[in-house]
Amino acid sequence: MEKKNFTVSVYTENNIGLLSRIAAIFQKRHINIESITASRSEVNEVMRFIIVVQVTEDQVKKIVGQIEKQIEVIKAFYHTDDEMIYQETALYKINSADFVKDLSIQDFIKGSNARIVTVTPKFFVIEKTGKRHETDSLYEKLKPYGLMQFVRSGTIAVTKNEMPISNILEQFDTTN
Amino acid sequence: MEVKTASFEKVSSPKKTTVSGAEAVIKCLLEEGVDTLYGYPGGAIMPVYDELYKYQTQIHHVLTRHEQGATHAAQGYARVNGKVGVAMATSGPGATNLVTGIADAQIDSTPMVCITGQVGSHLLGSDAFQETDIIGISTPITKWNYQITKAEEIPEILAKAFFIARSGRPGPVLIDITKDAQFASLEFTYKKCSGIRSYKPKPEVNLVEVERAAEAINNAKKPMIIFGQGVILGSAEELFKQVVEKSGIPAAWTILGLSAMPTDHPLNVGMVGMHGNYGPNVLTNECDVLIAIGMRFDDRVTGNLEKYAKQAKVIHFEIDPAEINKNVHADIPVLGNVNETLKILLELLKPNKHEAWHQKFKDYYQIEFDKIIKNDLNAERGKIGMAEVIDEINHCSKGDAVIVSDVGQHQMVACRYSKFNQTRSNVTSGGLGTMGFALPAAIGAKMGAPDRDVVAVIGDGGYQMTIQELGTIFQTKVPVKIVILNNDFLGMVRQWQQLFFEKRYASTEMVNPDFITIAKGYHIKAKQVSKREDLKEAVTEMMESKEAYFLEVKVEQEENVFPMVPTGASVSDIRLE
Repeated sequence: MEKKNFTVSVYTENNIGLLSRIAAIFQKRHINIESITASRSEVNEVMRFIIVVQVTEDQVKKIVGQIEKQIEVIKAFYHTDDEMIYQETALYKINSADFVKDLSIQDFIKGSNARIVTVTPKFFVIEKTGKRHETDSLYEKLKPYGLMQFVRSGTIAVTKNEMPISNILEQFDTTN
Repeated sequence: MEVKTASFEKVSSPKKTTVSGAEAVIKCLLEEGVDTLYGYPGGAIMPVYDELYKYQTQIHHVLTRHEQGATHAAQGYARVNGKVGVAMATSGPGATNLVTGIADAQIDSTPMVCITGQVGSHLLGSDAFQETDIIGISTPITKWNYQITKAEEIPEILAKAFFIARSGRPGPVLIDITKDAQFASLEFTYKKCSGIRSYKPKPEVNLVEVERAAEAINNAKKPMIIFGQGVILGSAEELFKQVVEKSGIPAAWTILGLSAMPTDHPLNVGMVGMHGNYGPNVLTNECDVLIAIGMRFDDRVTGNLEKYAKQAKVIHFEIDPAEINKNVHADIPVLGNVNETLKILLELLKPNKHEAWHQKFKDYYQIEFDKIIKNDLNAERGKIGMAEVIDEINHCSKGDAVIVSDVGQHQMVACRYSKFNQTRSNVTSGGLGTMGFALPAAIGAKMGAPDRDVVAVIGDGGYQMTIQELGTIFQTKVPVKIVILNNDFLGMVRQWQQLFFEKRYASTEMVNPDFITIAKGYHIKAKQVSKREDLKEAVTEMMESKEAYFLEVKVEQEENVFPMVPTGASVSDIRLE
């Protein structure tokens, strides 16, 4: 089976140690995590992890099964890229002198829908949100000018289909 | 607004009392019906031990000689009576010494709660004396773990710990309690946990799947059952027997399924897997419907997955959804506790005999008997064989003893040849293969089933991994029977060296001490036997002993366990020599 990008979404209780419990599941199977983010979700007090991995569908199914087995995991899902709306954010720090010297930088920024976050006499910070290839493309364009710093967030994603988390939690509330 | 993430039963202790965190721990254990726990004191758990001193008439604390022994004893206790085993240790090395037992309980689905002391919460992360991150260390090998830093968390967390350990597919839970939380006081009330919103102990039964399974079974010409520990954990032994008898299907067991069905039952066709019986292994690749019940297709069961039961329609009865399609594709997955699913299945099954098919198992048994079993049991060679010892134990026990085995050749022989009439009689380390398991596990097993004879069958290698637990036996006077099958080798590794490494016996020869003197040093009755003609009397004397008894049997040094499915081979390519 062919390896491809899968986005694993994990809804969990907000407890200490869950990140390492989930990460350990990938580690045990020698699978590299491409990106991971954790944040609050649409449900009160429920966390959502977004984990991107490159594996086969068979592997991701088994991983999701193991993740869901963890006591404090409410539900885990996996999706392919075309089932999700996903974005990453990148920050680029550039020397102000370079910025002013070559005005073509400004064209890149405009052309790639990036925006300037901060301007100081010494440096500029540019932010670009988009797909991986878009932030990569801006990176390649800015690199010749000497990037002082570059950082990119993990993928964040929402599914096109509904996520039935609230139903699961309501079911618990009514039966207990 | 506080979110309710777990539910609890109504208050079982009526009025609130102010107690210390340490006392609350003991009160929780009592509320959960714990009568025995195994442990080892130390700095960070001392407040709890101080309370144990006060409660010693209500709860029996067994001082093992090493924390690993405490976990295995707790496992042995849990395995024979189904209750949650409890082990306790201090922080740092005390906690890390629990790791092997926790991993063993995790892979063998044994309900266990481990309680560890931890340095004071103000010292967490400071590399304090005997501080170790036991939560981090135990995360991948526990069903759940939690660090308590406030006394008032104790009742609720321990209630959850016991609920999680015993419900669904059971497993080990570790609760780490900082020393300040043990000293601080709280208003104590106890409510048993009845549910956790993010945790579904067992999946809902899908009637359609059970019906599909029944139809496939009813239409099968050559069906075969493989049953595992799920039958025991689901307390479904009787139901399972009825399913087997009504359907007339030959039933084979995994190592942890052993004793779920009497070994002499006419439809019990023996063990599957690496050193299992000839018939069930070969016929796994001939059956038309393979019915797996409460088992997980471990690699020691399946051999080469590419060549495993490819011709068969596979039905998998299983409580843990993550086990479905993990190793073997299930054509019909039947999720749920087997005590529910088998009940529905039983009603839907058509009575059958499958006599011609069953005869095939008998034919293969005859081949195995002529080639292996006959020789194993009635050896004419010089030294005593391992199977002869097990056979003598059978003669004395009549199949009613609990047999606790360690890991290696003697374990395979003990499982192949032990007779069992009753369930929960076979205690062994299956998934993890933990040498050193048996001696402490036998202590727990005898305490968990005090009316039964408990015989630990151990090799000379594994015995020395936890030999210090003789001290626990001496101190508690627990009347376990210990049989060492001594071949002065790490026999299983030596067998592999002989078969696959051209007899290069690297580090498998053991220069052993005088085991009799050691046992006598602990004032345990001890005897050594090396001649066949003395074996019967020696085993009988041990089995009749009312006190702990140690029997060392000098066995054939280079005996090999057969049949054998070599690594990477198909189960149907099982070797008889």
